[in-house]
Amino acid sequence: MEKFLYLFRGGMASEEAANVPQEHMQKWMKWMESLGQKGILVGGEPLQPTGKQVNGSKKTVIDGPFVEAKELVGGYLIVNAKDINQAVEISKDCPIFELDGKLEVRPIQKMEV
Amino acid sequence: MSHPGNSEAYKTVDHLFRHEAGKMVSALTHLFGFPNIEQAEDIVQDTILKALEIWKWGKIPENPQAWLYKTAKNKAIDIIRREKLKYKIESEIAILLKSEYSLAPKINEMFTEGEIKDSQLRMMFACCHPSISSEAQITLMLKTLCGLSVHEIANAFLTNEETITKRLYRTKEKIREEKISLDYPGADVMPARLDAVLKTLYLLFNEGYSSSHPEKLIREDLCEEAIRLAILLSENVKTNQSHVNALLALMCYHASRFDTRLDDSGLIILLKDQDRMQWNKFLIQKGNEYMTRAAEGEMVHEFHIEAAISSLHANAASFEETDWKLILTLYDSLLNRTNNPVVALNRCLVLGELEGSEKAIEELRKMKELSENCHYNTSLGEMYLKAGNQTEAKKYFGKALTLTTSNAETELITRKMSMCE
Repeated sequence: MEKFLYLFRGGMASEEAANVPQEHMQKWMKWMESLGQKGILVGGEPLQPTGKQVNGSKKTVIDGPFVEAKELVGGYLIVNAKDINQAVEISKDCPIFELDGKLEVRPIQKMEV
Repeated sequence: MSHPGNSEAYKTVDHLFRHEAGKMVSALTHLFGFPNIEQAEDIVQDTILKALEIWKWGKIPENPQAWLYKTAKNKAIDIIRREKLKYKIESEIAILLKSEYSLAPKINEMFTEGEIKDSQLRMMFACCHPSISSEAQITLMLKTLCGLSVHEIANAFLTNEETITKRLYRTKEKIREEKISLDYPGADVMPARLDAVLKTLYLLFNEGYSSSHPEKLIREDLCEEAIRLAILLSENVKTNQSHVNALLALMCYHASRFDTRLDDSGLIILLKDQDRMQWNKFLIQKGNEYMTRAAEGEMVHEFHIEAAISSLHANAASFEETDWKLILTLYDSLLNRTNNPVVALNRCLVLGELEGSEKAIEELRKMKELSENCHYNTSLGEMYLKAGNQTEAKKYFGKALTLTTSNAETELITRKMSMCE
């Protein structure tokens, strides 16, 4: 089993949290429940649309948001999958697509000793 | 849990939202796992106190249930976020409570009507686990599922709050030791576990129906709770068995006579002398409906036979027109199964109606195991009185008087004795 990161962009992340219908959140829960039952789900959290960025050697701090709403990272999950193709297949049931969002699948990099 | 029992307003809210409390405790215990039941109870207690605090100023929300649920859910979320649970959640929902994606939606789901009913059923099975004594089972059910306070339970059992608190504490410890979960029993043990639940519900009903508790309200509450929980079983496909409906029919028939068994001054009125017009028609009708449902399937459980006997009484136009012959046959088959002396005693009384008091006396005298039972001695006295043997009648009534602790029974027996002069 390998670990993969799902990065979510758009979808409900482009909405104010209060505007996200409960039914939509219910779908996320059901999806995660099914991932949990299959031992796929490792964990993950939704993110607020604002924040701060600390930059470079000078550690300059700037206020978010940093990109337009559609491109903003709205959350992440970490999942177990055999390979990237399986991770992509699993991701296709994600409710984010109902709101025309995007999901980026990234394998976790293993470092050598 | 402490209980500000002297506050009248508290009592009103406590009584008004007792059922909601029972539902919330079930949902939260299902969420947190049984080992964390105290935290579930604390949340519900806090929620009710908060409601009392706000509502006493007349600001009762339009939908009190939704208000209570929302408050309880927020408290639950807070405890989970701050990882304040005493015992780790072991169930498979644990992973859903770890992420903000699913935490609130999962808790919302647990508080939907269907899920609450499911949690209540699971609680029922956990409370009636075979490793817990039946007294403790009833106490725990009244506390968690029915939302009765320790004060009310102590009152119902005519004991003090300390005894009930201790009993609850020990029972919860036992559940943790035995690792009793809120999972449904597996298919292999389901019949036995369901039987245990039904037995406890019947005991709970009888606690209310036949107890000599001076407060009628409390006795009615216990009967009502037993029926309410049995209805939950009959509404669920997993547990809707024919003997569940038989027990419901039995309880409905009994409950239909609840108000006619005592007169205004608290004296017992025997079945023969009860005003049948006063029997609750709605409950008899309900009993008949459950009886029809109980007839589906092959199974014949003791509850079927007991319900059939009750049905013949409830639906008879008068005491004299009762189908005693069929009732005797039913008692015979019940006795065949249970060998219960009280069933044998009741069978003798039916025999008395059919074949006369001499025959009943003959049979009753053969029974030795109930010689120290009040009802047995009263029955023998009654049969001797009918047979015209006043000396013997007086002897047994006298013995019965030494065996009862109930005022209503003492009155009845004294009245009977005066007829022996």
